[in-house]
Amino acid sequence: MTNPAPQTCDVLIIGAGGAGLRAAIAVAEANPDLSIGLISKVYPMRSHTVSAEGGAAAVIKENDSLDHHAYDTISGGDWMCDQDAVELFVQEAPQEMIRMEHWGCPWSREENGKVAVRPFGGMKNKRTWFAADKTGFHMLHTLFQTSLKHDKVLRFDEWFATSLLVDDGRCVGTVAIEMATGKIQAVIAKAVIICTGGAGRVFPFTTNANIKTGDGMALAYRAGVPLKDMEFVQYHPTGLPFTGILITEATRAEGGYLLNKDGYRYLQDYDLGKPEPKPVLRSMELGPRDRLSQAFIKEQEKGRTLQGPYGHYVHLDIRHLGEKIINTKLPFVRELCLKYENLDPIKEMIPVRPVVHYMMGGIHTDIHGATPLKGLYAAGECACVSVNGANRLGSNSLTELLVFGARAGKAAATFAASQNGGFQNGGFQGSAGNTIKALYADEVRRLEQQFLKKEGGTEKIATIRKEMHNAMEGGAGIYRTEDSLLQSQKEIQALKERFTRVQISDHSSTFNTELIAALELSCLLDVAEAVIQAALHRKESRGSHQRTDFPKRDDENYLVHSLAYRKDNDFPEIQYQPVTITRWAPGERVYGR
Amino acid sequence: MADTITLEVFRYRPDEASEPVFQSYEVPLHKDWVILDALNYIKDQLDGTLSYRWSCRMGVCGSCGMMVNGKPVLTCAAFVEKYAPGPVRIEPLENFPVVRDLIIDMSDFLHKLKQVKPWIIREEEEAPDKEYLQTPSQLADYKPYSMCINCMLCYAACPVYGLEPDFVGPAALALAQRYNMDNRDQGNRQRMEALSHDHGMWQCTFVGDCSAVCPKNVDPAGAIQRYKVETATHWWKNLLLPWGKDK
Repeated sequence: MTNPAPQTCDVLIIGAGGAGLRAAIAVAEANPDLSIGLISKVYPMRSHTVSAEGGAAAVIKENDSLDHHAYDTISGGDWMCDQDAVELFVQEAPQEMIRMEHWGCPWSREENGKVAVRPFGGMKNKRTWFAADKTGFHMLHTLFQTSLKHDKVLRFDEWFATSLLVDDGRCVGTVAIEMATGKIQAVIAKAVIICTGGAGRVFPFTTNANIKTGDGMALAYRAGVPLKDMEFVQYHPTGLPFTGILITEATRAEGGYLLNKDGYRYLQDYDLGKPEPKPVLRSMELGPRDRLSQAFIKEQEKGRTLQGPYGHYVHLDIRHLGEKIINTKLPFVRELCLKYENLDPIKEMIPVRPVVHYMMGGIHTDIHGATPLKGLYAAGECACVSVNGANRLGSNSLTELLVFGARAGKAAATFAASQNGGFQNGGFQGSAGNTIKALYADEVRRLEQQFLKKEGGTEKIATIRKEMHNAMEGGAGIYRTEDSLLQSQKEIQALKERFTRVQISDHSSTFNTELIAALELSCLLDVAEAVIQAALHRKESRGSHQRTDFPKRDDENYLVHSLAYRKDNDFPEIQYQPVTITRWAPGERVYGR
Repeated sequence: MADTITLEVFRYRPDEASEPVFQSYEVPLHKDWVILDALNYIKDQLDGTLSYRWSCRMGVCGSCGMMVNGKPVLTCAAFVEKYAPGPVRIEPLENFPVVRDLIIDMSDFLHKLKQVKPWIIREEEEAPDKEYLQTPSQLADYKPYSMCINCMLCYAACPVYGLEPDFVGPAALALAQRYNMDNRDQGNRQRMEALSHDHGMWQCTFVGDCSAVCPKNVDPAGAIQRYKVETATHWWKNLLLPWGKDK
């Protein structure tokens, strides 16, 4: 095995979706002297930010206020959000969104040319900026195209990061596989930012793309960085059965109804307000996602849902909005229904059911995106600051990746500029160089022994993945109990053991997607373990984490963030740290009254 | 209707064999399945070595374009049933070098995209707390060109790109127009200069294959014709009125 010379850069970003691209631009603007490496396992415009539909929240209209945005976020998060982070988030959101406007994002407009906003679930005021119903797509392409003007950004498209390089308590880069050639290379940097998105693929039925496999969460977790609040997994109430394709909350914001099998707007039975013909903010169909998804399960238990080939579902009815509104404000919804469900929402009701959508938890960071590991930062869905608490408010995630992508970029730029590393200039020199060289050699050996040159594996990737899905859905879904979680834990533990015998039939070095699938599965298993352990330890119900054996919120014991630390050959260790409360004392979440 | 269908899949593994071959796989014929589901079935159950790109499965990430029975399509949006009774031939997108199996090398496009400067160009950026005004009709002027998902179907369909690899090509030109027609942008001239040496554009005969295969109705052919007219006008103006060069 030859050792290809390592790549070097000042700031290395792993993941080139919305957060990664925003971070890259922030570094380039903060310090033009710094070189920026941008690693991504897919071309940047393929990143999952592309699928976000409804919009991005930021206060811009006169009838709205930063305090309203903060309160909606905090109450939506069932008081698990760090309020200092939320205050800063809502304050920086408008300028970030205007920046996107300056970079060319095609925001939908009012007649007078100003940016238009729409309502969203759990919001007191309209504050969601939108680009029809392809907001994430337009934001991602705007960011990607804008990043092209920065010559200091060196992209490593279709490289897969397999482990972090950590020397003397400091992150100094990563080892990654260049997928086109199979070459394993070290990429050395003064600061590293992880922006790899979420891990919805740990569950069977998800809006998340195939690439959402928690790679960055696992990288950090394996390097000793804790994963925070992993028990909080958001189910979006309206996904298409079978495909899990998301039907945006904007359908309900524009006035869509959720109906059970009797054509009844069932949310009125779940303390979410009274049904009105027009949408009412923070009420009924515009309640928060966790409450709506939970109402679906209750409705299913009462036998009032419909049943199809892919399980139970209810109807989302937007027919009364009319063709014009649907075509101008929800064209993608119509396209998705026509192409993937073979129905026209102008004439027919859309079958929907709750679907895993977003991880509130992630890599533990502070408000600058810094993790406890020196030199390592994280932003976007893979990180947990936390502004999302126990349930993310719809349309906060796109804004979050801008605000905290930019913050992490600036912080990493400052840190990188302050370091005079001995490992720069393309070589493995000095004592730090020797450590890196050894770490790199270890990682190459691990990849070869466990995957690339491995013979005689017996366990199929697809089988382990499917059983992991069943274990997670079975025991760690919308409602959980100690028994169900212990069962899931047992199953995941067995799957981790079986994974050591994973079968790799492809030994070629050119674009080996089977190898990548195996590496992704190992990341998912680590994420699954952290989700279950954190859920087991949180003996209360809060936001998206509902324990039927502990149905009440318990502020006395659990107004704390969980931190899951990885242990070799054992379950992760759970520690806690207090939630930061500034101005909003924990209270009741009130919707529709 | 039969309950299975045969997929004849293009295989090319440069590490092991120098010549591409077609390999047949029999897969279940499910009403809800798209070609991509059938490929995933092969990958998961029959042959883990088959390589292809995919991600969102909802027609927006642009990863899964392939030739299906000779036509460029997004495989996540192509129902298998439509091709029954089969067999269905699956090949990598035409006009691109093949890296392996169904994976093409699209680095040429990334290079060309940057060449057309697809970002807002202005002499000065507006103050950080002020938005540019843009009316719904100004938005509508360029919006269709902003819908490109970079799926490369138009390059696979383009007869000119096949013969003239230097041609910037339909998607990149549509994106150049997307910015040219945005009232916030002032970079028209710069983009025109970047494209002035592109001979391919003049060979485009408005066949319109690119627009016909576009899954997002972007109409790159229309964008290219527009560009040709603008460039020609610009050239004549500078020739006839050299003292009043247009901006």
